[in-house]
Amino acid sequence: MIPPEIAITVRVNERDYVERVAPRLLLSDFLRHQLGLTGTHVGCEHGVCGACTVLLDGAAVRSCLLLAVQADGARITTVEGLARDGEPLHPVQEAFREMHGLQCGFCTPGVLLSAVELLRDTPHPDDATIRRGLAGNLCRCTGYQNIVRAVRRAAELLDRR
Amino acid sequence: MKPAAFEYVAVRTTEEALAELARDGQDARLLAGGQSLMPILNMRLATPRRLIDLNRVGELAYIRAHDGGVAIGAMTRQRAVEKSALVARCVPLLADAMPWVGHFQIRNRGTIGGSLAHADPAAELPAVAACLDARVTVRGPAGTRTLTADQLYWTYLTTTLAPTEILTEVWFPTAPSRTGHAWLEFARRHGDYALVGVAAAIMLEEDSVAEARLALTGVGARPVRARDAERRLVGRRPDDAALADAAERVKQVTEPQSDIHATAEYRRHLAGVLTLRALRLAVARARQAPPVTT
Amino acid sequence: MTTRAIGARIPRNEDPRLLRGLGCFVDDVNPAGVLHGAVLRSPHAHARIVSIDTARARALSGVVLVLTAPDLGEQNQPTPLLIPNPNLTHPRTPRPLARDEVRFVGEPVVFVVARDRYVAEDAVAAIDVTWEPLPAVASIETALADGAPLVHADVPGNRAARMVQRVGDPDGAFASAARVLHEQLFIERSCGSPIEGRGVVAEYDPRAGTLRVWSSTQAPLPIKNGLARLFGLPEFRVDVIAPDVGGGFGTKIMLFYPEEILVPFAAVRLGRPVKWTEDRREHLIAATQERGQRHDVEVAVDADGRILALRDRFLHDAGAYTPYGIVVPIITSTQLPGPYKLRNYAVEFDVVYTNTAMVTPYRGAGRPHGAFVMERVIGLIARELSLEPAEVRRRNFIQPHEFPWDVGLTFQDGGPTRYDSGNYPLGLELVLARLGPGDFRRRQAEARREERYLGLGIGCYVEGTGIGPYEGAHVRIEPSGRVFVATGLTTQGQGHQTTFAQIAADALGCDPADVTVVTGDTRKFNWGAGTFASRALVTSGNAIGIAALKVRDKVLRIAAELLEVSSDDLELAGGVVGVRGMPDTALTLGALATVANPIRYAFGKEAAEAALRLVKPRKGAVLAPGEEPGLEAYGYYAPPHATFASGCHAAIVEVDIATGDVKILRYVVQHDCGTVVNPTVVEGQIHGGVAQGIGGALYERIVYDEQGQPLTTTFMDFLMPTTMEVPEIEIIHTETPSPLNPLGIKGVGEAGAIPVPALIAEAVDDALAPFGVRVREMPLNPGRVLALLAEGRATA
Repeated sequence: MIPPEIAITVRVNERDYVERVAPRLLLSDFLRHQLGLTGTHVGCEHGVCGACTVLLDGAAVRSCLLLAVQADGARITTVEGLARDGEPLHPVQEAFREMHGLQCGFCTPGVLLSAVELLRDTPHPDDATIRRGLAGNLCRCTGYQNIVRAVRRAAELLDRR
Repeated sequence: MKPAAFEYVAVRTTEEALAELARDGQDARLLAGGQSLMPILNMRLATPRRLIDLNRVGELAYIRAHDGGVAIGAMTRQRAVEKSALVARCVPLLADAMPWVGHFQIRNRGTIGGSLAHADPAAELPAVAACLDARVTVRGPAGTRTLTADQLYWTYLTTTLAPTEILTEVWFPTAPSRTGHAWLEFARRHGDYALVGVAAAIMLEEDSVAEARLALTGVGARPVRARDAERRLVGRRPDDAALADAAERVKQVTEPQSDIHATAEYRRHLAGVLTLRALRLAVARARQAPPVTT
Repeated sequence: MTTRAIGARIPRNEDPRLLRGLGCFVDDVNPAGVLHGAVLRSPHAHARIVSIDTARARALSGVVLVLTAPDLGEQNQPTPLLIPNPNLTHPRTPRPLARDEVRFVGEPVVFVVARDRYVAEDAVAAIDVTWEPLPAVASIETALADGAPLVHADVPGNRAARMVQRVGDPDGAFASAARVLHEQLFIERSCGSPIEGRGVVAEYDPRAGTLRVWSSTQAPLPIKNGLARLFGLPEFRVDVIAPDVGGGFGTKIMLFYPEEILVPFAAVRLGRPVKWTEDRREHLIAATQERGQRHDVEVAVDADGRILALRDRFLHDAGAYTPYGIVVPIITSTQLPGPYKLRNYAVEFDVVYTNTAMVTPYRGAGRPHGAFVMERVIGLIARELSLEPAEVRRRNFIQPHEFPWDVGLTFQDGGPTRYDSGNYPLGLELVLARLGPGDFRRRQAEARREERYLGLGIGCYVEGTGIGPYEGAHVRIEPSGRVFVATGLTTQGQGHQTTFAQIAADALGCDPADVTVVTGDTRKFNWGAGTFASRALVTSGNAIGIAALKVRDKVLRIAAELLEVSSDDLELAGGVVGVRGMPDTALTLGALATVANPIRYAFGKEAAEAALRLVKPRKGAVLAPGEEPGLEAYGYYAPPHATFASGCHAAIVEVDIATGDVKILRYVVQHDCGTVVNPTVVEGQIHGGVAQGIGGALYERIVYDEQGQPLTTTFMDFLMPTTMEVPEIEIIHTETPSPLNPLGIKGVGEAGAIPVPALIAEAVDDALAPFGVRVREMPLNPGRVLALLAEGRATA
């Protein structure tokens, strides 16, 4: 027996979607496969790696630990929403580019969105705060060195805005 | 790693949730923050027929001063507790422990009630509740009842709640004056479940221990309150000998398990080490503690 | 010439796309109507398959195809043995789907294709397999015990291979040595675990007869050619693409993974695109793993601590199959001598089958094990003779004037283990100067008085990189002025779209940002091997350099003709060619590309003008005999043998003797990878390698229980370091160019990971020297540290 699909309305990157979803559809799969927003990556599906992190009503959350139906009525920002096509990079993105804060780029979207909330909460973080704040995002390429530097740089760039 | 199929209902009120539970009983699972349940569903370690989502039950999300303490609705996000000035002022042990619960992205979604009801003996919140003799409010078909943490926890991942009941609130007493608190834990990595965690609260009178509270994670099938060690401290000057004696007692009464991360022997040793360190910290803080008012 | 692009810290070409979420990883490839696969994997470490009932699965709505071994027919043959070796007497490779018997938990048994992954997993859960469990061996020790169960019934003693190598006269040296020291060392199983797991998408067009496969692989070309043979298709009708790949670390150099056959098979069978995306549990049980060796080492030294001879006997855990041959233990045995003069050396190893996941190279590929053994030996000598370990190193280093240095062994590529260049003593002194060892000894003594335990550890290594066979490149300047570069190997985060561009830009006098690099797409370049063995920049980099210089020659020749000057008078920089000192003669590369293609329908104002202004009427054929259109060239580079990079890392740690916690307070790296193309990228490679090394030294283990059940199947159990566990890493670059290749490049991809376990062991030894602690296994964890303390106190 297949449980019926449920209609949801969700605002993703400032665009409204009305969609039907199976109750068990994970938010990560909904974003990637139903909306085609493949910038949100899936690395573990048990909430540890943080690659699938998105902003849900402004708060960084694991999209693999949420059901799409739970996002009904919510506002979501994915990495594609940080800087729209044709716009310059978001300061956090720009800082990651300047500081070589990414290598393969797979964990990067989750790191960026975590950093956005971190810098909103703590606009001038010291390194310890940055490290604590990003401990929930695993990266296998960078050893975190340039990620920490990039977040520090992002704080400077955000200050200038 | 995708969940098996289930039916889903998002309830708006506790009443609705109770009605759903009454109808589905054993086949249903309550979905709070989902930070523990969702991984279990994704791995198909649990395959409930129906999920009852509490995330839209607004009446269960609050933090307020109440009855000489702080009452927190079960669906309050852990992050809100972490940032609450009221909690920081009145329940410093809880404030101390909150940043150790997973990572901030987990706490943005995870709820205080969900963590308490999930009953993981390695988790911070059950041990904090045990340490402070927090009271949880439980609603069920027969009405409302109140349990202490000790009464709530049965064994590994199991509470004494009936399948038709919902944990709706937890109440922590305001920290008394001249009391110092400490939360210490040792995890392999930051954000992991700790191998052992220790909650300590020490109340001093004339530089002797008037009241001592100790609770541990990771050393048994439920959060362990080390009452014997507490009793040994009361009335003594909190010098290192006294604290070490209590820590030694903690080691003797714990019965941890071995797993790939640590042997039982190591966990027992660690329980002693962390207890001593937590007690020292709590005593130092008690000596500086200002009087507290709700 | 303006500033050279090679050596410049320029930001990466790939970043804007990746930062905007516009990367294209395998799971982002969604051909219309794509179906989704899932694999039923063995829950047993060793079992006979009695029967498989797929009826319930087939009956589920949305299930399209259910494949068991017999359904695959001829295509279910054992996968190829990638690197045969005469010492590998009993090679065994897996079939895409197990036929009668499974040999590790995670081995594929049934492949399901359904509407989506959710339904595919429902179907896997609905398959009923009757198993007859067989006794399993989950460790080297149990596999070698008398009467041990056999992983393969026809491989006696579970011994896949045995290899004995010898340099000089070790026995004679041992007989006359002042001292002989002995140690037993163990390094546990681990794995690469990139954040992106593996994945395969296949699309078959029955009308065109073409098969297109996207795989998260480090080697699409061998997969393409293999699939063409396996499916009886012409090679030119098969394309394999490794799009953006989310980390590889060697895990993705293994081929063929079963799914790389199962997914194309299903796509061909169904005539519809099929995707399979590995989940994390699958990765941690069924992707290949590494480390896992047990060493028994003896060293003969003179009274001054000079090594006279070394004997090492070791056991290497192969897991259940040997698809990658015995490359890993060969590397261990040949790289073990490191930067030291070892004139008498005997090494022998046995490769042992166990009922665990297959073992193939993982970042470092046998070298961390070798470095761990050699550097533990250095520590042993230091302790025996009451010398600083650094001093023992100094007394044994190969000296800068002694290159080329022949270790005397045959390397993994069949060539000599011949160190081409380096300066090992310099590396050690630079690191020590940064750390201030004298000052450290004072602080260490002070800290001990406060019952705080600090330790200094050093780790040196030499790494054979940049092996053959060869790579190639295609370089073309387009009429837009943009440069297009294609090479056959892949990129999974190393920044090739930038470093390769820098090499081309240097040759062509243009901005690296104007160079577009395509890697890992057999549609764009059809020759080469893949990205492994820290070889990409050495092999493809030099091939690109060679191709780009050919294009440069043609640019200059055409410009010289047009400007009616000698090409010696021309200057190529900033994307334009002109007569030196005469800016008004400048011609853009785009204009020259337009001219070089005699079909003149140029779009765009600039190109049209160029065509009009520059192309002159000529007599005879538009292309002179032997002339080719366009500004393009192919280049290939085959190294004569490996080039040997090196480095020296050191760290200061603090050990909490109450909890056993090891905290890294400082971490300094000296490395030498020859010519540095982009220091920022090189540093990034080292950072990541060190982090993985720290994982391997203190956190990451793959654990099996005695029945062969994997116990580390989630990221809560396989502990990769976070921001909190990796300290700040300080890097010192030294450059000793390789004499072996035109650009002087050595590889750096794996380097960072190699010496970390060795130096953490030395640092912990040093911190806990008052207790007589000696680290003999890796990784450490707090419980083990306390056990070592107890052991040390008991024997002290």
